[in-house]
Amino acid sequence: MTTPAVTDRPAGALRGGRLPRWFPLAVVAASIVVAVAIGLGAGLHSTVQWGLIAALLAVGGTYAVAARVEGRRQARDRVATSLVWVCFLVAVIPLASLIWATLRRGVKVLDGYFLTHSMAGVADTEPGGGVYHALLGTLEQVGLATVIAVPVGVLTAVYLVEYGRGGLARAVTFFVDVMTGIPSIVAGLFVLSFWILILKMGYSGFAGSLALAILMMPVVVRSTEEMLKLVPRELREASLALGVPKWRTILKVVLPTSLGGIVTGVMLSIARVTGETAPVLLLVWGTNFINANPFSDPQASLPLFIYQQYANSAGAGAAYDRAWAAALTLIAFVMILNLVARGIARFTAPTTGR
Amino acid sequence: MQTSTQHTDPASTLTAPDRAAARPDARGVMRPGDRVFLGLSRGAGILLLVIMAAIAVFLTYRAVLAISKDDGNFLTTFEWNTGVLPAKFGIAVLAFGTLVSSVVAMALAVPVAVGIALFLTHYAPRRLAGPIAYVIDLLAAVPSIVYGLWGALVLVPHLNGLYGWLDTVLGWTGVLSWQGGAPRSLLTVGILLAIMILPIITNVSREVFRQVPRMHEEAALALGATRWEVVRMAVLPFGRSGVISASMLGLGRALGETMAVATVLSPTFDIQASLLDPGGGTFAQNIASKFNEATEFGQDALIASGLVLFVITLLVNGAARLIINRRSEYSGAHA
Repeated sequence: MTTPAVTDRPAGALRGGRLPRWFPLAVVAASIVVAVAIGLGAGLHSTVQWGLIAALLAVGGTYAVAARVEGRRQARDRVATSLVWVCFLVAVIPLASLIWATLRRGVKVLDGYFLTHSMAGVADTEPGGGVYHALLGTLEQVGLATVIAVPVGVLTAVYLVEYGRGGLARAVTFFVDVMTGIPSIVAGLFVLSFWILILKMGYSGFAGSLALAILMMPVVVRSTEEMLKLVPRELREASLALGVPKWRTILKVVLPTSLGGIVTGVMLSIARVTGETAPVLLLVWGTNFINANPFSDPQASLPLFIYQQYANSAGAGAAYDRAWAAALTLIAFVMILNLVARGIARFTAPTTGR
Repeated sequence: MQTSTQHTDPASTLTAPDRAAARPDARGVMRPGDRVFLGLSRGAGILLLVIMAAIAVFLTYRAVLAISKDDGNFLTTFEWNTGVLPAKFGIAVLAFGTLVSSVVAMALAVPVAVGIALFLTHYAPRRLAGPIAYVIDLLAAVPSIVYGLWGALVLVPHLNGLYGWLDTVLGWTGVLSWQGGAPRSLLTVGILLAIMILPIITNVSREVFRQVPRMHEEAALALGATRWEVVRMAVLPFGRSGVISASMLGLGRALGETMAVATVLSPTFDIQASLLDPGGGTFAQNIASKFNEATEFGQDALIASGLVLFVITLLVNGAARLIINRRSEYSGAHA
């Protein structure tokens, strides 16, 4: 004797109960209200705790109501949806706070004077001074690193795409990938051991450039490689069929076609190494004075300036203001590079219809 | 070039370049320019390999110099004393701190990052998903020193409430008890690292989730699956190895992060029983904060600890790449 499974839904209904479309919003609003009430009632000061209570209430409440009305599977689906939303919101908070804090505290001392004066004669705890020496140092070090890394990176990518067959190409591909993950401080230690401790060259902007170049190369190789792969085979074949030597085909056809993408990749890699602090700390040493010669004597650098203003000031407000202003300068520089690079990528994207 | 002579192939009547062209297996004519260009580009590739090898060799050389004069055990000594002889230093504290902060970072970041990736690919309104992904891309470019500054001056003061709450609720475990010091502990470092590696893990996971075959999802939907069941049965199994390799890339970054840790942590050279009490250190942080006062021998000792970090990140990244490459037909190959 078997009885058909009894459901609590009205007989003949094809689908179970559905909650209205405004249900998620209502739950969120209700749980925020309740959380604020609990927070005020229990005297919790931290708004973070209020948020956590609200999130827990929203997820729990969704499950309880949906399980009664729609059934367990639908309830689980709704809980998953709300958890995914919570993940997103939880991640947005610190990232938004980072941008907001840098903007708000950075604009305090960021002005023309700040960008055109060095820290010469200004004690760490005094107000005044600026980042000109650091800006100059960063531009020179990153420029030198670019000059070293880009030819090597682009040529390696050309080798991998146009010539590379067999073991050597596979080894290069693998180690380029692995090299992408080298911690910046390890690159700094390598140049320290080789350039400064063994060759006795002394701290200088150029030593920093060497480490930055090591960090740039794999990024340039990977992005250039992707771009060269996008160049249609027909273009190469057409050029070769006209009797153009392979090297001239690469120089005159392949590279110009993918130039926009390569420039984008190079700019993104510049943006990446501009913010590197650790190798600069080990190799460039830092100074309060303007040193325009990257090949001898310590230089300053923007990320290093931020760290030193933070670490050497023992909590002086003026130094923190300078650190935030320098951080804002650095972020602005990196973001502009990123935006321009992405703009170039969009406008020069090959229109092959793929 | 008279290619018509190829058919008769009277080799003796051909000039040298013609003979090169007539070789049936020739991929093309090898002119001097070609040889130079091939040499240059192959040389660049070899240079990269040489740099990798040189990093290993020079770090090992300086490390051996330091370790041979180490009076303690390099792996187990709880001390970092390189200023006066006999020097005693060891990486036990650093290994512990690096491991703990990275594990905390991964535990916090991976679920949230997978959540965001799912949000972007399967839950967010179409018009919202594009810009958000773009912003997350940009956030991956924020320099680590800025995260460090923010962590030290904004995040740390905000964590007092959380620490007090953790202490009252979970203090009995011992691991999460708090003696009331400034919240500049390994847990804070882990939280900050989690925020920093979130964009990377999200980006790679999103790429993988986007490549889930549409048919798999539609098949699940056709069987009456809810959206969550589609994710659980079609999306997550497909993306599992991608998520693993994304996490390992994030782990590689967390292990080697220097400035964010150096600004947030207040280091001591011992192991705290509780995650919440300030103290401890990581490989990279220790190098950055001890470097300025180090003698040449002290720098060698720091290089020795850097070598350990290098080997660890090499293994982690290599493993991540092997996982990605094994399924390269899906991931990033046509990006």
